[in-house]
Amino acid sequence: MDSGSAFVLEARGISKGFPGVLALDGVSFALAAGEVHALVGENGAGKSTLIKVLTGVHQPDRGELRLHGGQVSFGTPLEAQRAGISTIYQEVNLVPQMSVAHNLLLGREPRGRLGVIDVGRMYADAGRVMSRYGIKADVRRPLRSLGMGAQQMVALARAVSVDARVVIMDEPTSALEPREVDTLFGVITRLRAEGIAVVYVSHRLEELYRICDRVTVLRDGRVAHTGPLDELERVKLIALMLGRDTTDVRLRGQTEFSGDHTAKNGQPVVEARALSRRHQLHEVSIRVRPGEVVGLGGLLGAGRSETAKAIAGALPFDGGAVVVAGHAVRKGSPAAAIRAGASLLPEDRKAEGIVPTMSVRDNIALAAMPQLTRAGIVSEARLDRVVTALMKRLRIKATSPHQLVSELSGGNQQKVLLARSLATGAKVLLLDEPTRGIDVGAKAEVQALIDELAAEGLGVLLISSDLEELVEGSDRVVVLRDGVVVGELAGDQVTEEAIMSAIAEGSAADG
Amino acid sequence: MAETAATLPQPLGSRTRALAWLQRYGVYASVLALLLFNVAFTPHFLEVANFRTQLIQVAPIVIVALGMALVIGTEGIDLSVGSVMALSSAMVVLYLGYGAPVAIVAALVAGAAVGAGGGALVAYAGVQPIVATLALLVGIRGLANVLVPQLTEFRNSTLITLGSRSVAGLPLVVIIAAVLTAVVAFLVKRTIFGRQLVAVGGNRAAAKLSGLPVRRILVTVYVLSGLLAAVAGVLATSRLQASDPTSLGLLMELSAITAVVVGGTPLTGGRVRVLGTVMGALLIQLLQATLIKHNLPQSWTQMVQAVIILAAVYAARGRKK
Amino acid sequence: MTTVEAAPAAPAKGERASQILQHHGALMVLAATVLIGAIAFDSFATPQNAANIAVSSSFIAIIAIGMTFVIISGGIDLSVGSSFVLAGVLAAYGSRYGVLVALLLPLAVCGAIGLLQGLIISRTGMAPFIVTLAGLLGMRGLMLAVSGEGASTYLVEDDAFASLGQASFLGLTMPVYITLGLFVLAAVLLQRTGFGQSVYAIGGSEEAAALMGVPVARVKTLVYLISGLLAGLAGALNAARLSSGVTILGAGLELDVIAAVVIGGTLLTGGAGGLTGTMAGVLLLGVIQSLINQVGTLTSSFQQVVSGAFLALVVVVQRLLHRAQHLS
Repeated sequence: MDSGSAFVLEARGISKGFPGVLALDGVSFALAAGEVHALVGENGAGKSTLIKVLTGVHQPDRGELRLHGGQVSFGTPLEAQRAGISTIYQEVNLVPQMSVAHNLLLGREPRGRLGVIDVGRMYADAGRVMSRYGIKADVRRPLRSLGMGAQQMVALARAVSVDARVVIMDEPTSALEPREVDTLFGVITRLRAEGIAVVYVSHRLEELYRICDRVTVLRDGRVAHTGPLDELERVKLIALMLGRDTTDVRLRGQTEFSGDHTAKNGQPVVEARALSRRHQLHEVSIRVRPGEVVGLGGLLGAGRSETAKAIAGALPFDGGAVVVAGHAVRKGSPAAAIRAGASLLPEDRKAEGIVPTMSVRDNIALAAMPQLTRAGIVSEARLDRVVTALMKRLRIKATSPHQLVSELSGGNQQKVLLARSLATGAKVLLLDEPTRGIDVGAKAEVQALIDELAAEGLGVLLISSDLEELVEGSDRVVVLRDGVVVGELAGDQVTEEAIMSAIAEGSAADG
Repeated sequence: MAETAATLPQPLGSRTRALAWLQRYGVYASVLALLLFNVAFTPHFLEVANFRTQLIQVAPIVIVALGMALVIGTEGIDLSVGSVMALSSAMVVLYLGYGAPVAIVAALVAGAAVGAGGGALVAYAGVQPIVATLALLVGIRGLANVLVPQLTEFRNSTLITLGSRSVAGLPLVVIIAAVLTAVVAFLVKRTIFGRQLVAVGGNRAAAKLSGLPVRRILVTVYVLSGLLAAVAGVLATSRLQASDPTSLGLLMELSAITAVVVGGTPLTGGRVRVLGTVMGALLIQLLQATLIKHNLPQSWTQMVQAVIILAAVYAARGRKK
Repeated sequence: MTTVEAAPAAPAKGERASQILQHHGALMVLAATVLIGAIAFDSFATPQNAANIAVSSSFIAIIAIGMTFVIISGGIDLSVGSSFVLAGVLAAYGSRYGVLVALLLPLAVCGAIGLLQGLIISRTGMAPFIVTLAGLLGMRGLMLAVSGEGASTYLVEDDAFASLGQASFLGLTMPVYITLGLFVLAAVLLQRTGFGQSVYAIGGSEEAAALMGVPVARVKTLVYLISGLLAGLAGALNAARLSSGVTILGAGLELDVIAAVVIGGTLLTGGAGGLTGTMAGVLLLGVIQSLINQVGTLTSSFQQVVSGAFLALVVVVQRLLHRAQHLS
């Protein structure tokens, strides 16, 4: 590994601000050829902004970028690409309707006579690229006909085949099976041997320790640490990310969850019985008792969100039943589920949660409207009472209930959605990634709130890709893999290792 | 992808605020400006007869635009309104033999039925509103022409009253337009339907997850649009004392959409400005009248209208991402 | 190195079937309709009738070629009808200065306005629907201004130009051959050039296309330029055919064009479709019109009803196919 005096890519003193927030504050970062460099930090630490600056999506307010020693500036992603910086993202950023081959070679299609695209050669070339990276697929078929993992591999193949000197990978494994992760790491090892530098962004610490050489930790827009990874203890790394003391992390855990819920015994507040849905869920059964927090563990694509949505009536299923507070709920009807007392906090609050054109007040009241209406006319006074009470309880920061919800911070928007669920008088909350993408302070508040609500007797189904959060927040964890329940952990068994092995064991079982 | 660090509720930049003000109140300011201009420079403008004429002419556009505003509020569009006017006109003539009330009901039912068809295509078949109502625009106009192939005149005292009588100095058609405006405004602001309509347009997925009867709301909105277009068609027919399905309501959808957009209702849905829509219709009407009275050619109206639409939508950009 | 098995093999059959249907459905329906027409009516399947259909469809076809590019890119162009009429007037007016001016004047003006629309759409992010709606109104106004508020109808004064619209060879007039030539050129452009691939990519996912290095703004601007140019060309040829620039506001021409493109299998959402389908859609609408004329007793209004119903049927089928392909 050549780390010489000349780095391949350097960021010096980068600062970048947006209205109301300074995302990056004097960040310096150096990448050597053939190095796999981990970039870590909590949500909101500035990772994605740094990536966007490195890849030309944003231009820094201050500071400079250096490529092979010379100063550069990228006005567009295309310029960064041409300079040799290639990126793969967490969401597959390819065109789903176009064929695999077309996606692989877009912008670089082989030409034949008269300068027109030679389709035959294109398919042949694409086939070669795919087999070089060990991916078996028909390159003629549309990209969307492939599974998520395979699509990600195509994105990787494209990124790498454009003569890149730097490949940036932003959460590349979130959609991959363990086998595919192995393939990915094989590719990264080859890249390293070829002298290509890799920036690896992930919160999956096991992977980082497996493949990366050095690490840079970001916190609140600044560099908290940079150095070789094998010199850094895992606990120390977490402490650096959170800004907490190492001993503190060891003792209290990494979240605001108190970890002691006393579940009331008796009838479960929600029961999913043998839910099945073609290609997505297979006989999934889950039970949540009042006052209990049940976590759903598993990789992306395991069926966690689908389970929550099926219970909430948002996803029709083919087999099984949902029972809320003893009453069977008609499937495929969110209204029926809400009436019965089950309410979902969706994973993507922008796409499925907040109504940006409406006020905070109307957003909170949205699901509870039938209860706040008489003869078709809205009872504004009652609505105001409910909204004011909830805003106070959840400490939602807004200039007034009439403020446009789109002007609120992510954390407050999340609280608005939580308030929406509570306004319906829910007995069980289905929370899908409740603390994703919100700042550290709001995250702590939401975690504490979940504790409070459980203490008051609500049942909670918790989905979180943050394993620490899942472990510390749940009384029990049900592990899913490919739409099947592969394990159930309770009490002392609830640990990160146990969850990860439950996921892994599932794959060995069906060979 | 993760957001950047904490963002606080912040006061908007002054440019954004100016644009927001323009989007919301621009149409009022423009109408006021035009009125003042006319008062100063147009002879006979301040006469009652002139006001009467302007209001009578703008009434049908207002009525149709109200329905269009509701549809656009759900992020949809209804291109069939002009054809529905033609169909309702044809129905009036066909059923006049059974008496005016029956004829009017038949016309309204026809309008509602067309709306239901369009709404069903959009809500249940998942067809895009522009294509679904495009099919209706073509097909229903054809149907109207098949039913009443040529200009047909009639004499009916009830319809004459409807078309030309006045109550307390105000033409009946204008009163009807005003009443309908009030009804629609009430619907939007104070009923659960109005609240849910706006949510469906603002974020359909969120509306669905919150238990809203999205499909029912969508169908209802297109039914209302069809119904209102039928009302406008009946009124226009009453005024003309004739039915001409080939030309009645031609290009009405353009005027309606212009009125709605200029009035501050965003095409992306999520918000309905009823009063703004009325102002938008008034603006177009005033514009046309001003140009005519000052002997400026028709072509100018079209070009100015084009610029106004662009300006109105430009100011509205970026509100809903 | 471990190999990663991609795609579940199972959906292949159903997926391929619905893909075939989507891409070639219009052609199949066209073939079926022609067959039915030939069996049902004696005077239908004659060379003369075929020529008539071809000739009357050629103008919509030319515009539809441009519209196909726009719709595949995820946009829409409502201004083509006004462009068509404006071009006719300009061509007739320009013909007094020779065939070159007669052709270039409408192309320049309609192309410029198309370019302007494209620039506005790509730089300001305003919805194509509303920008081209404004274009529709603006060009209508322009046309009225140029023709003395619709009063004056210019006559075509150049024979060379008139022959472009009227000269006949093997029973078909020039516009038909021009359409065929344009079709071939456009097909190559769409399927075999980087530009064409960019159009599909932008229509499929604009964000992904941008990240993949596609010059999104430039491509988007160009498709509206193409649409404007082709609508202008069609209008000029029409004037040549009629020997005059008529100012009758053929309201709804753009809608006929959109209907043809949609019926041809190009999805309004963008990213899918092609020119073969568009041609099939145009011909299909022409065939239906001819069939209705054959019946004799039915008026052109009836044809409108059939067109509308047909369009509705086609889009519903498209949605069903879409759902079958997605299984969700």
